[in-house]
Amino acid sequence: MLDIAVAYNRFKFLGEEFLTWLWFVIDQDPTILIKADSDLTSLEIGNRIVLEKRHKKDVERITIKGENAGLEEAMLALQKGALVAELNLVYRSAEQKWQFTLKGESLNLSSIQTPKIAAPQSPEDMEGVILEKIFLYDKILQFIEKLYKTFIKYRLSDDWQKRDIALIKKWSRSRA
Amino acid sequence: MSLLSSSVSITRYQIQGKLKNPILETLAAGLKKNAISEIDDPTLDKAVGWTSFEKPYQPDFGGSSFVYGNYLVFSLRIDRKSVPLKLVKKHVVIESEKRLVESGRPYLSRSEKERIRDQVMDRLYATVPATPNLFDIIWNYEAAELWFFSNLKAANEELETLFLRSFDLTLIRMIPYTAAHYAADLKDTEKDILLELTRTPFTG
Repeated sequence: MLDIAVAYNRFKFLGEEFLTWLWFVIDQDPTILIKADSDLTSLEIGNRIVLEKRHKKDVERITIKGENAGLEEAMLALQKGALVAELNLVYRSAEQKWQFTLKGESLNLSSIQTPKIAAPQSPEDMEGVILEKIFLYDKILQFIEKLYKTFIKYRLSDDWQKRDIALIKKWSRSRA
Repeated sequence: MSLLSSSVSITRYQIQGKLKNPILETLAAGLKKNAISEIDDPTLDKAVGWTSFEKPYQPDFGGSSFVYGNYLVFSLRIDRKSVPLKLVKKHVVIESEKRLVESGRPYLSRSEKERIRDQVMDRLYATVPATPNLFDIIWNYEAAELWFFSNLKAANEELETLFLRSFDLTLIRMIPYTAAHYAADLKDTEKDILLELTRTPFTG
């Protein structure tokens, strides 16, 4: 097992490749998403995507913000060697909506908004409210964990070199 | 950050090791022993400790007050004193001028200036109240998973240190490498491949 600080810097690219792959899967192969969560209605890119291109110590950063923003520039950046560093996602299940940002280098989740729940009316309500909130967080955390496992299995297999890289390159060329 | 806020951040951990039986008593003892206490020493600028989720300013770990269904819920509290630099500067200037008048000399030595600054800092820290910061924790003991409601590096480091000291358990932050190594059910051959991975070129 590597030292955690060494592992963080050495493998931050893996989290960024995961987000890049996830964008590709959302666009091209949503069946993988359904396999990770059969309750899923849809998963969409939200209001923010950040790409980073590293060259030695220099980092070139492209941020695309706003609802319904065009992603052509992000595709161009991908073709030029950038990876997705941050991705805001909208997850829907039945009538409920979750929105959150996933950071590639750390796999941290931020700006998590779950479906609204009723506020506790009395101290006796607190346990129920907490458990409901835990259930809502668990829903997306489990989903992301399963997707990451799926990605890692692909990434460590021969198919990544033989098939997946070519598919992602073809997709980014076709969408730019 | 409260787990009931409308927008939260979460850092995920896996826990290595198990608590001694009886688990709830061991846990309560670790929480009580390292519960937050008010800063008594006026020269200290920070206090770190556990507190109750529902009573963050009067920690109480009696009974099973931190057990919610299958989860353990409590909070990390970091109390920090902060003195604005401009305020320090003002008091250093006033004190320095007073010393110059008293000594009748035209200037103060470097060590005298440092001593004045230290005295001013001690005096100001003794009078400034500490600001509490709360970070909630959800611990799924059976799954050996913990969610910490902050992505702040300093807060995460305080959590990792205090958790080890309180429960003798190691928290492993789920970053890209550890999430693959620990959570993806990899075979040994796959773990070896993981160690050798390099960045994929999607260009061309």
